[in-house]
Amino acid sequence: MIDPWETIAQSGFQFFGKMSASISHEIKNALAIINEKAGLLEDFTMLAGQGRPIDPERLKSLAGDIMKQIQRADGLVKRMNRFAHSSDDPMKTIDLGETLELITAIAGRLASMHEARVDLVIPDPPVMVNTNPFLLENLIWSCLSFFLADKQKEIRMSADSGVGEVRIKISGGSTFTPEGIQAFPSTTEEALLKALKAEIRLEPQPGEVILTLPKTI
Amino acid sequence: MSEKVLLVDDEVEFLDTLSERMRNRGMEVATSSSGVEALKKVDKEAYDVIILDLQMPGVDGLEALKILKAKRPELQVILLTGHATIEKGIEAMKLGAMDFLEKPADLGQLTEKIKKAQAKKMLIVEKQNEDKIKKILEEKGW
Repeated sequence: MIDPWETIAQSGFQFFGKMSASISHEIKNALAIINEKAGLLEDFTMLAGQGRPIDPERLKSLAGDIMKQIQRADGLVKRMNRFAHSSDDPMKTIDLGETLELITAIAGRLASMHEARVDLVIPDPPVMVNTNPFLLENLIWSCLSFFLADKQKEIRMSADSGVGEVRIKISGGSTFTPEGIQAFPSTTEEALLKALKAEIRLEPQPGEVILTLPKTI
Repeated sequence: MSEKVLLVDDEVEFLDTLSERMRNRGMEVATSSSGVEALKKVDKEAYDVIILDLQMPGVDGLEALKILKAKRPELQVILLTGHATIEKGIEAMKLGAMDFLEKPADLGQLTEKIKKAQAKKMLIVEKQNEDKIKKILEEKGW
């Protein structure tokens, strides 16, 4: 029998790698735009040197575009930093809405590769939970991956709080395929659920996954 | 003769700016923000070079590359991507990509690669024409 912690460790490395690769790819995209905009500014100054007048409005708009991309890259780095620090403590009280927001933002690009969108309803008032933040993020991503593999295009996440427990609801809007349900939850999700003392329920029509976690492990 | 280039990337701002810079350098540039759109354009127009992003929604770069090379083997494809794994680069070269550049790229370097790609395409097309003429001559027995 495979040790569940071995499964969790392997899944954790893969999850961390996938998220880091996605974020760094997006940072590269922002840098590429900055590179081209700066190059265009350079082109304009060269043309000005040859006597072609520069349109000040165009320069203003290019500078604004560069600043926008710098803010985008800064947001990505901040997110990457928050994600990296989520593995600092094996147990921590977290705002579930913030965790869902982080995963939604990081997974957004990966979802768009599947031509899908992930929308989030932030719980109000905030839902707090004392858990292992990194394992929870991994479990949420595993569930999202299941929706993406099942070709669900409009994914919606929400969370609420009950007596002694919290729930995360992920819906896809359409019925799960029989092949999808057969493969989910896999041994990885089972191991993560066990480590988090969580439960999973699948509602096939319409496709919905409900994760229930104790307010404190 | 100016190079006829199709630039394919899902980052529209990147497409707009790079295409403007390339046009400023005398190239004829069309753009597509998805693999599907690029495949449609290639059906209607002849290009010397396709500059292709690897990661795109729907039909991704490698898939688009496979279809493009099957449709038009003479087409020269340069991959320009932020996704910098060696494995992907090797896979792309095996599928027939002419070159591989990582974002952010130097436009001077990209222009050089485009010129080389155009020259390579012209040689392939010339060879194809020669072969066609040879075949006709053989069939007609002249």
